[in-house]
Amino acid sequence: MDLGPHAAFIWASYAIYSVVVAGVIGWLVWDGARLKARLLELEAKGVSRRSRSMSAKPAAKEES
Amino acid sequence: MSAFWTLLKRDLLLQVREGGAVGTALGFYLVVVTMMPLGLGPDLNLLSRIAPGVLWIALLLSALLSLPRIFEADDEDGSLEVIATGDLPLELATAAKALAHWISTGIPLALLAPVLGLLLNLELSAYPVLVATMLAGTPAISFLGAVGAALTLRVRRGGLLLALLVLPLYIPTLIFGIAAISAATGGPSGFQASFLILSAISLFSLVIGPVAAAAAIRFQTQ
Amino acid sequence: MTKAAMNPQQSLTQRLANPTRFMELSGRVLPWLAAAAALLIAYALYLVFFVAPDDYQQGQTVKIMFIHVPAAWLGMLGYALIAVSSFGYLVFRHPLADVSAKAAAPLGAAFTFLALATGSLWGKPMWGTYWVWDARLTSMLILLFLYFGLMALRSAIEDDALAGKLCAVLGLVGVSILPIIKFSVDWWNTLHQPASVIRLDGPTIHPDLLWPLLYSAVGFSLLFFALHTKGMRNEILRRRLRSLTMAEVDRARTVSATAAAE
Repeated sequence: MDLGPHAAFIWASYAIYSVVVAGVIGWLVWDGARLKARLLELEAKGVSRRSRSMSAKPAAKEES
Repeated sequence: MSAFWTLLKRDLLLQVREGGAVGTALGFYLVVVTMMPLGLGPDLNLLSRIAPGVLWIALLLSALLSLPRIFEADDEDGSLEVIATGDLPLELATAAKALAHWISTGIPLALLAPVLGLLLNLELSAYPVLVATMLAGTPAISFLGAVGAALTLRVRRGGLLLALLVLPLYIPTLIFGIAAISAATGGPSGFQASFLILSAISLFSLVIGPVAAAAAIRFQTQ
Repeated sequence: MTKAAMNPQQSLTQRLANPTRFMELSGRVLPWLAAAAALLIAYALYLVFFVAPDDYQQGQTVKIMFIHVPAAWLGMLGYALIAVSSFGYLVFRHPLADVSAKAAAPLGAAFTFLALATGSLWGKPMWGTYWVWDARLTSMLILLFLYFGLMALRSAIEDDALAGKLCAVLGLVGVSILPIIKFSVDWWNTLHQPASVIRLDGPTIHPDLLWPLLYSAVGFSLLFFALHTKGMRNEILRRRLRSLTMAEVDRARTVSATAAAE
């Protein structure tokens, strides 16, 4: 594929785009996995999050 | 309404008694403007061309330094909570405090500007216009600044954050303030249009500033 | 809230406003959203590199437009999303609105940054310099500052509930001043070419270039919503984790207190 005299600028644009988008995706996925693992860990220790009221608790707190 | 004037008078009295703070802002203004020729060279033609911009930017920075004081002292000694729970709507209370800031800081800075204009070889004919635009534009600085001061009230060393929050909001004031002055000194566009838009921006911030600042304070003093 | 979630009479937004319900629904939607985004972006890239002709003026560099324009649009969409969420949080006190505002800020900032970076790389061959103080670039730069302010304020305040409320105030102030900033910057510099995609007399851009641009815009918008959904899910998990940890600490404290009493 011939991108003409300004190929470097085109590739640089697409490269920086890929890096930033991949970075955001990677961070979100990593963060989500880490949070899930720690929640499971706590659950295994027996801290209850059975009830829905538990998960809705931050909401209830903020409304006070 | 009398509570509004009482609060305004109290704030102004406190400013006068403390004294130092206004002087510091004026001194800072003087120093920043003095740095410009030292950094850019003493070419008088260049200086007179960029004088409106330099004077406005330095004014923004000087006013910025004094913004945290709008609510800080009252928050430290607890009187802010008294004001927040008092009879006077908090929106009017924040308006009074921002107005006090404008009178105690905005007006002195605007009046000092022509003196500093001398240092920058600003055309003499521009001086009335300079003061007029600064008097019309500085309310926006105080009232939008009050929002930033209220938002960063409880942030430790919030001064830098305050600058980051507030400076982008000052861009319209800066643009039209400078446009009005350069129009009056032979620039391309009409002076009247720029001046009217500048006043409109100030009026707009007069409405939005106290409301937003009051909301921010209410959340923090609850 | 739990009881309300069971009620089938509720509107979609009401049901979505329940975090547990949101987790269920978003978990089901997210893979499809991500897949659709990936497919559309892939197809758009195929069109861009193998089908779309060169612009007669800009030559090959017009290929940058296909990512630059969606990034600029998403940068602005991000702030609109923050404004709507801030309004929802301050007026209706939906905790999810705060979650949405918090998740949107870094995404909007990332796309605004990409719009600036690609615009700058596009500008070098076109204008001969990486940066010109063109009205639209300047507005995007100021938008980026507003994002920085929002993120800095949120990270500076330790109390999360308070940070959410103050950021909502800042978000609303920002969105009410944005049009004035845009107007003043446009006024300050009216040298740029007029907007060429959305115009009352119809698009002036060549159709062969328009279709890849539309695919790309829709694809990246879907990507944005997928990322936003993922960010919101993460934030909900983070809040659950925090309340669980706090409950755990409380429990440990009571246990040790009773042990000490005995």
